Order: sequence, then C-alpha cells, then structure tokens
Amino acid sequence: MKNEFQVIADLIAKDKKVLDVGCADGTLMKFLKDNKNINIRGLEISKEKVQECIAKGLTVIEGNAEKDLKQFPNKSFDYVVLSQTLQAFLNPELVLDELLRVGKKAIVTIPNFGYWKVRFHLLFKGTMPITKTLPDEWYNTPNLHMCTIKDFFHFVKSKDIKIFKSLALNNLNTSIINESNLGVKNLFADLGIFLIEK
Amino acid sequence: MNTEKKIKTLIVKKPLKLDCGKTIKDFPIAYETYGSLNSKKDNAILVFHALTGDQFVSGTNPVTNKEGWWSYAVGPDKAIDTNKYFVICSNVIGGCMGSYGPSHRDPDQKIFGTNFPVITINDMVNAQYNLLDHFGINKLFSITGGSMGGMQVLQFISNFPDKSKTVIPIATTSSHSAQNIAFNELGRQAITADSNWKDGNYASNETNPGKGLAVARMAAHITYLSKKGLQEKFGRKLQEREDLKFGFDADFQIESYLRYQGSVFVDRFDANSYLYITRAMDYFDLAKQYKGNLSEAFINTKAKFFIISFTSDWLYPTQENKDIVIALNSIGADVGFVEIKSDKGHDSFLLDVPDFLNALKNFLDKSYEEN
Repeated sequence: MKNEFQVIADLIAKDKKVLDVGCADGTLMKFLKDNKNINIRGLEISKEKVQECIAKGLTVIEGNAEKDLKQFPNKSFDYVVLSQTLQAFLNPELVLDELLRVGKKAIVTIPNFGYWKVRFHLLFKGTMPITKTLPDEWYNTPNLHMCTIKDFFHFVKSKDIKIFKSLALNNLNTSIINESNLGVKNLFADLGIFLIEK
Repeated sequence: MNTEKKIKTLIVKKPLKLDCGKTIKDFPIAYETYGSLNSKKDNAILVFHALTGDQFVSGTNPVTNKEGWWSYAVGPDKAIDTNKYFVICSNVIGGCMGSYGPSHRDPDQKIFGTNFPVITINDMVNAQYNLLDHFGINKLFSITGGSMGGMQVLQFISNFPDKSKTVIPIATTSSHSAQNIAFNELGRQAITADSNWKDGNYASNETNPGKGLAVARMAAHITYLSKKGLQEKFGRKLQEREDLKFGFDADFQIESYLRYQGSVFVDRFDANSYLYITRAMDYFDLAKQYKGNLSEAFINTKAKFFIISFTSDWLYPTQENKDIVIALNSIGADVGFVEIKSDKGHDSFLLDVPDFLNALKNFLDKSYEEN
C-alpha cells in the first residue's frame, strides 16, 4: 500500500464510520476495514473499479462525487476521505463543502503543483510538468484545477475551515506543515494531506 | 406423468388477509428448491420470480421442458452457487404454476377466473413468508430477484426487516411508473379484447384467449429489449425470403421472432394470471405504504443491500434503482450499488452478462464469508 494511504490510515481512529470518495480499487478501504475495524463505504465513478471493490467484499456505490454526495445526511460519517481527486472536479469548492457537510471530519490529499520538480520542469523545459503524482500529458489529464499546498492552505483558511493537521509528503518522509514553514513545504513536498473540519 | 406430480406444494393453513380486504386460507404455494439447507440453516436464499417466471429457477423446468428462467445465475458453481447455498423459489399467488390463482377452483368447485381476489406484491410476499416456517429457517442469508422479483425483495425486507442478512434487488423499482402501467394496460386490453376471453370464464367455455395473450406478450417482449440490441440482432433482415412480399405475413425476422415469442408463451401461461400479476405490479408503490417516505420502509432493517441496474434497461432504468439507493443512504443503511453495462435491455438480468454475474457472485460469496 502506498505511503499516502498509510498516513491517511494513521489519521483515522479505530471503529469509526468512513466514506472513501473516489475509492478506486478499494485498497485503502480494505486496509481500514481489516486493520482498524472501520465501517467503510466507497463512492467510485469507474464501473471496473466498482467491480474490483465488490470482489474485495467492500460496500461501494457507483456514482459521481459532484452529484451523488448530496444523498448522504449531514455528518453521517466520522471521516470522509478524498485522495488526490479534488483538482479533477468541475467545482472543487462545492465538493469540499459537501465533504465537510457529510463528514464530521474530512481528509483531503492534493498533488502539489508547487513541488520543486514541477516548477523546475515548467521553468527549464517549458512544457507542462509530468511527475510521479502528475503522470498525465496536458491533453489527457483529468486534472482541471491544479493547486499548490500553499493555495489549498490559504483556501481552507479563507473558508473558515479548521485544519487539525496538515502533512507534507515527499516519498517516504512525512512532516508537519504550519504557517511558518509553509513556503519550504510547498517547495519540497509532492503531496499535501489535510485533516479538516467545519 | 401428470403436471401435479412435478410440482411441490405447501398448503398454507393460516388465514392470509389480502390488501383487497378478502381473506384466503388453506391455499397452495408451489415451490422448488436447489442445493441443500445446512445444519445451521444459515445458507438459504429466497429467489423471487418476475411477471412470467415460476418456481423452476434452474435446470430443466419439468412442466415446460425448457431451461429454468435463471439458469445463467443459479446452479452448481454459478453466481448463486447451489453447492453452497440452499435456493428456494415459489410461484407467486395469482400465478399459474401451482400456486393459488385464477385457474384454481373456489369452494363451490367453480373455476375462479376474474372472481379470484385482486392480489398485490405485499400479498405475494406475505404468502411466501410461510416457506420460512415450513423449512424452519429463522433468517435467510439472502433474498433476490429482478424486475417484479425485485419489487418482492423490497416488500419482503420492509415487512420482515430481520429475516434476511443480505438483500439484492435487481433491475427494479420501488413504485411502478406511468409508462410501465401503460404497457401493462396494453397487455390487459389485448387479452380482454379477445372474444375467447369470455369475461375470464374461458376455461368453463373451453376456449382460450391465445391471440390476445400472444399480443400482450409481444408488446411486453419489446420492452424487455433495447433498441440497440434489437437493431444488432435483427436489423431489417428478412425472414426466409429474398425480397418483400407486399403483404402482411412476417416479412421481417423481428416480426417472425415476436410471433414466435407470443405463440410459445400462450402454451405455458394463463391469460387471467397475466391480468392479475400485471395488476399487482401496477399497484406497487412502496413509498406510498410509508406516507410517501421510502426510507421509512427500510428504517428497521440492518440488512446489507446490493442494488444492480443495467445501462440499456429503459423499463426499470438506473435512476429508479438509484432512488432506492438514495432512500437507503439517507438513513445510513449498508448499501452498495452498481450499474452494469449491457446492450441487452431489461432482460440483461436473465442473460449471460458476465459483469453482472460476477458482481452477484462476489457480493454473495464475500458476504457469506463474513457470516
């Protein structure tokens, strides 16, 4: 399991109810179910991935986060997880609001467009950056709204969303992001992980 | 060998009050089982059949000598694996494969015809519930069915919330749409317009409204397929001829196919049963039973739901299946949902659609492991 999922799992207390939005093949869901006794649900848009989740014995709903989150009642999950997908929505702000309505807390991870390799790529090659967390070409990327760790940090603050924990990931290294080191983390982390609440 | 010997029957002694207000008792429920009930009695699956189905789910139907209606899904090593599970299916009341219906005789030995009480989906499941007592099953492992079978699944779990661990409604709805009522009415009109119908008393008049019933089946059959599926299978292909004949014979293969479907249906189905069962479907509105709030139908159950729809099903479209998912999610129920890609229309659930059969098998087997 990738390091990102391990970090997310560490943020979630045992025996809770969790919704994994864009749960893909259910790897994180399965881990949470087996290791933390989590009552886990998934929402996934791809039919193939939904089938993979069913084969793992996971409860998953085929659907689109932008349309289908509204059916869940307020604060019906202890945590709602959204891994590296926020930037792919037509309206990320709306999705973020929905995550925080449905979940008592939300865990959102974002591929960092401020990562030095991304900046380096654009600065010196002059072409759209391709990295481990941003593997697609400009013409086939699902990402519509790329942002940096700094952007997201400021964005949630401006929306009066409480940040419980913000973590910077660079390969296997995890470190805490705060107001004072934001500039540095924004340069050296390829992924940001945020535990938030509204 | 006569038909009766091939049909297993449970006589329900307990009176059953029907939604129409009448009470029936000492009535037969015809059923069939596949696989064997284990010692813990925790491996039973109750399958509900659709409009024209019957209790013969798998293998060869001993009455029609045709394959069981869900042979693709039910049997040894199939999605519903009868090596592992004990499958029970019964003919709905109002039907014509041995359960109490309009072709039975009333206490005065007169064939009921349209004097048989109008039955509902609720009446059907209340009647079938007696099978649990018959087999000494406290809790089913699963209940499933497609189309009208799915309606019975929803009604069953709402009536008996702690009687099944898992619940699998397939290609169904919680309330029959105007379009579906319209198609059913078309079928009923075709039957009652047949002069051989004789106000439902065709049996005592030794006639059979076969033409009307065949037309009903033909019209309904179109609704079970998709436009794309029909086009790919038949297109404008001609039936055993080089060119158009400038007449009203079956020039096109699709015409010949529909005529065939109509004619074989008449051999195995009773016209009055068709009236009664379509009426039960039309009356089905689960939300209405709970003052318009569908979620209330499921508020008392802890069962795990898995809902399946098909992309090309325009009779019970994905949205109507999703409405059930939404009602369940709004009360925090355990519900999974998948829409299977298929060009085979509403009939997809009866056919060899691997994604569907795999999903069904995986859901059942994984849920059973967690038992």
